[in-house]
Amino acid sequence: MSATAATPSAASRLARLVPMPAGAGLARMLVERNVTSFRHGWIALVTGFAEPVFYLFSIGVGIGALVQTVRTDSGAEVGYLQFVAPALLAASAMNGAVMDSTFNVFFKLRYAKLYDSVLATPMGPRDIAVGEISWSLIRGGMYSALFLLVAAFAGAVQSWWALLALPAAVFIGFAFAAVGMFATTFMRSWVDFDYITLAIQPMFLFSATFFPLSTYPAALQWVVQLTPLYHGVALERGLMLGEVDAGIFWHVLYLVVLGALGVLGTARRLEKLLLS
Amino acid sequence: MASVTGDDILLSATGLTKTFGDFRAVDGIDFAVRKGEAFGFLGPNGAGKSSTMRMVGCVSPVSGGELRLFGLDPATDGPAIRARLGVVPQRDTLDEELTVEENLWIYGRYFGLSRREVRSRAAELLDFAQLTDRAGDRVEPLSGGMKRRLTIARSLINSPEILLLDEPTTGLDPQARHVLWDRLFRLKRSGVTLVLTTHYMDEAEQLCDRLVVMDHGKIVAEGSPRQLIEEYSTREVLELRFDAEDHKDFAEQVTGIGKRVEVLPDRLLVYTDDGDEAAAVVHSRGIAPLSSLVRRATLEDVFLHLTGRTLVD
Ligand SMILES: Nc1ncnc2c1ncn2[C@@H]1O[C@H](COP(=O)(O)OP(=O)(O)OP(=O)(O)O)[C@@H](O)[C@H]1O
Ligand SMILES: [Mg+2]
Repeated sequence: MSATAATPSAASRLARLVPMPAGAGLARMLVERNVTSFRHGWIALVTGFAEPVFYLFSIGVGIGALVQTVRTDSGAEVGYLQFVAPALLAASAMNGAVMDSTFNVFFKLRYAKLYDSVLATPMGPRDIAVGEISWSLIRGGMYSALFLLVAAFAGAVQSWWALLALPAAVFIGFAFAAVGMFATTFMRSWVDFDYITLAIQPMFLFSATFFPLSTYPAALQWVVQLTPLYHGVALERGLMLGEVDAGIFWHVLYLVVLGALGVLGTARRLEKLLLS
Repeated sequence: MASVTGDDILLSATGLTKTFGDFRAVDGIDFAVRKGEAFGFLGPNGAGKSSTMRMVGCVSPVSGGELRLFGLDPATDGPAIRARLGVVPQRDTLDEELTVEENLWIYGRYFGLSRREVRSRAAELLDFAQLTDRAGDRVEPLSGGMKRRLTIARSLINSPEILLLDEPTTGLDPQARHVLWDRLFRLKRSGVTLVLTTHYMDEAEQLCDRLVVMDHGKIVAEGSPRQLIEEYSTREVLELRFDAEDHKDFAEQVTGIGKRVEVLPDRLLVYTDDGDEAAAVVHSRGIAPLSSLVRRATLEDVFLHLTGRTLVD
């Protein structure tokens, strides 16, 4: 024991390698702030929930009536509703996280100057990054839970593995919220938000969301597989259709690593922007 | 410069510097603030007051020199120092998505205070800020004076030992300013150390036990308002206005009257210990100004003498 006490722990060595800005372990207070503010504007919950449900019925049920069945990449034959519901869940986790961590955070950062007053207290940039992203996950988690419930009633859920679809949606939200907030720290005006749309929209349409990966040209398949939403969709689809294998682990790892990098980058950018 | 020493020093700076690129916003200043004191930075726009306050508030790293609060270094103990500070920034940063009382609660929570603590403390502070009947209202429709009082109440939620106020009353009407000054007096009497910036000399005179005059990032004078006036000005000032584009032409005519004459675009200031006597001399020379006014010398005159410029332009 005494030998290990003298040498710095692996964690602290890693911390020095990857300098993470200071925090006071008070990130939850920012979550509390957001919950308090959200109580005044609960209408946002309704819209955030309604959108993916509309998609589920228009595309899943509507187009599902025309397409009937799809052969998934693992070779199984499934109904189109069952095929597309997991993808819509993943996409809605992405959209919710991106909305919250870009538009809302940009407003707080540049206009409301919320973080300037937060940083005058013991809280640090890390608390802000962790607090905002956690809030995004909580909110996204609520949307996903409601969506799953509706999807189950609509008959789009086939396996008990689907219970894990909710935590999986939280991983998707984590990756997108963290990267979204990081991107937001570089935004100069609302005009820059077009870049976000530019990144999100093609991803939404072409991450094996509405048709299986095998239908893409071979040359494009690997591009699709690089996008984070592809991993989110594949993860949700695997769970909700009960096609669970080791690939699931890689999807989760991809999302977690991306999210962790996003948190680190966000905290460092906030430090540079606000503590000058 | 008179040095301040002793165990009761809460805040001290030596050679404190802040640079932005090549630009030195704060250029090697020394000062020290004692417990229970009201200490001011008086200076025009761009003097470096806010830059100094942000370093003291541990939200802007020091570029050079040494800064200590409660004996601690902001570079290593920022959170611990900030836990003991109250900050009123130049521009209100109230949380407009929350109500008046939620602003206090949540801000208290940022300090890690318990829910029970922030609720009882907030009730007292709302009373102090005369906002109890607005407790459940949104912040946005409050008047400027109310918002400022709420910002001050918010800064007191953690019972700070030092309160930093960056231009606490700029932009408020005279009535609202007096209400605010009254609140700050009360705080001072209750033992809170005040550190404030202002470009109003009346505010500095009202609130500060001791102050430094800043210009171009440097401290050009230090003392109590009274000491500064005694040292850098005469007791009284005779203001003369003429019917002229340029008041320079009249400066020669009054030479020899009083101890010193300053020429401003719109008036002449004759510095003298007896204003009425000087006015009589002006009259006896047959000089006929449009108006002549005798007043007590203020910090404005000190500033004018030290820098050759007026404080508020
Ligand atoms: N982040 C920054 N980057 C570059 N220059 C800055 C920055 N902050 C302040 N300055 C410059 O430093 C100088 C001092 O600014 P500061 O805000 O400290 O002045 P001030 O005395 O508070 O003035 P005011 O009365 O207008 O509030 C100004 O010339 C300002 O433009
Ligand atoms: Mg300022």
